[in-house]
Amino acid sequence: MTPNQTAVPLRIVPLGFLGTRRSLRVVERNVFVYRSGWIILVSGFFEPLFYLLSIGLGLNHLVGPLDVEGTKVAYTAFVAPSLLATSAMNGALFDATYNMFFKLKISKVYDTMLATPLDPTDVALGELTWSVVRGGLYATAFFLVMAVMGFVTSWWSLLLLPAALLMAAAFGAVGMAVTTFMRSWQDFDLVGLALIPMFLFSATFYPVTVYPGWLQAVVKLTPLYQGVVLARGMALGHLHPVLLLSVAYLAAMAIVGAIITGRRVRQLLLS
Amino acid sequence: MVAQGLEKRFGDFTAVAGIDFSISRGESFGFLGPNGAGKTSTMRMVACMSPHTGGQLSVLGMDPRTSGSTIRSRIGLVPQQDSLDDELTVEDNLYLYGRYFDLPKRLIRERAVRLLEFAQLTERAKDKVEPLSGGMKRRLTIARSLISEPELLILDEPTTGLDPQARHLLWDRLYRLKSQGVTLVITTHYMDEAEQLCDRLVVMDKGRIVAEGSPRALIEQHSTREVVELRFGLDQQHQGATAIADLAERIEVLPDRVLLYVHDGDAAVAEVHRRGLLPESSLVRRSTLEDVFLRLTGRSLVD
Repeated sequence: MTPNQTAVPLRIVPLGFLGTRRSLRVVERNVFVYRSGWIILVSGFFEPLFYLLSIGLGLNHLVGPLDVEGTKVAYTAFVAPSLLATSAMNGALFDATYNMFFKLKISKVYDTMLATPLDPTDVALGELTWSVVRGGLYATAFFLVMAVMGFVTSWWSLLLLPAALLMAAAFGAVGMAVTTFMRSWQDFDLVGLALIPMFLFSATFYPVTVYPGWLQAVVKLTPLYQGVVLARGMALGHLHPVLLLSVAYLAAMAIVGAIITGRRVRQLLLS
Repeated sequence: MVAQGLEKRFGDFTAVAGIDFSISRGESFGFLGPNGAGKTSTMRMVACMSPHTGGQLSVLGMDPRTSGSTIRSRIGLVPQQDSLDDELTVEDNLYLYGRYFDLPKRLIRERAVRLLEFAQLTERAKDKVEPLSGGMKRRLTIARSLISEPELLILDEPTTGLDPQARHLLWDRLYRLKSQGVTLVITTHYMDEAEQLCDRLVVMDKGRIVAEGSPRALIEQHSTREVVELRFGLDQQHQGATAIADLAERIEVLPDRVLLYVHDGDAAVAEVHRRGLLPESSLVRRSTLEDVFLRLTGRSLVD
């Protein structure tokens, strides 16, 4: 091993002491760019919101309340937390996928950053932080809408926010890691192809128990399912130790994603 | 800055094949060579943006492998491609770049005012970067690299693609920096640029350094005082060349002209005419770095 390679593991662990501060500059750049393009930022929040409104106004009356662990829950209240989780996921993915690809391959924003004291770890960590911020913003806005609509009934519901941040970190990190392997815009079609069924079938709109046993097992493996379960548990105040598994799953995703991203960004930018 | 046996390989390809140089503080140092000579790879290594794969390199007395970030905080880089942030305004480009250096906001704002003036871009401060002309973008890139008041400024092909007027304006700005004591490291494939800006330079070809010295010393060492350029008709090129070969210390036959390396150009032209040869045109000029390069590599700088 050359000295360079041995230094890598120390640098990619997202606990970098100096790196954390410097990576905030990357976040600052995103804030700057979105200051003039805030409408783009806002627009991303509406998709899950429209789902919620459509369900609240229409489907809710047709479906009627569901039985969740012995309590009757209005259908909208059942769906709302999964849409909050989705909204955190979307928020994180926007910048972690398309925008990161643009900056890596086309606008060369990162090359510019690397001519300054910033290094690839700062870039990766900064972009991840921004993804979490954006996911968190969407989730918070969604949470406020839920509160206005009367779906926030207990203080426990506030735990939705840290859960959303964890979701954003997990999806942001893995999204970035995948993006570093993308060769062209066409490759992103595959991302869409994975995300849409995940959104529709991860027990987002109905309990996982509607599936046969083997399919339940498959669905439970998807990260969105884990996020949805966690969010629903927080929103309805059903806190079980088993939710810790979801936390661990998402945390592992965030860490592995961040490590791969750090390594790949270094490879791509420091040639 | 000191490099010994500095080397850069990409897989099987060797971009820089072991070069030695040393640059002192306040000096203006050039890397002259054609495209593909390894200049940009060298610049990226020196700017701590690309790890070297062999040899030794020390920049500002530090090792780029371990102190890259610290070194970069004290140098400015003007890359070959402007790579400005198109999503932002002129002003914000300077501002954010300053933030990457962790400079306080007020300090950046103060410096930005001065730098915009220096780059003659004050009136465009609030404009987006994208519609600016090539010369303006180049000046903004240089202004941006100065936001941290670097001790060492690295410029990779600073005037490639600019019109003559824009080039002269840039040279003037660089000359001012030089007189303020900023160390300049410049790559170029324009010999006039190297002559204008560099105290000392190395000539690079195929990843190696083939000569080193001040522009004047290189010319004295590798060329004659004057050069006569003769154009014969297409077919008579070689014939003409053979007939006058004894007039010059050295003779180069290029596809479109014959170069005679002589001490006294006018005397040589007179002698050519006396021998009854009638070139279509003749020109007497002083030797340049282009001639040095031709001598050293057998090729011209700009293909």
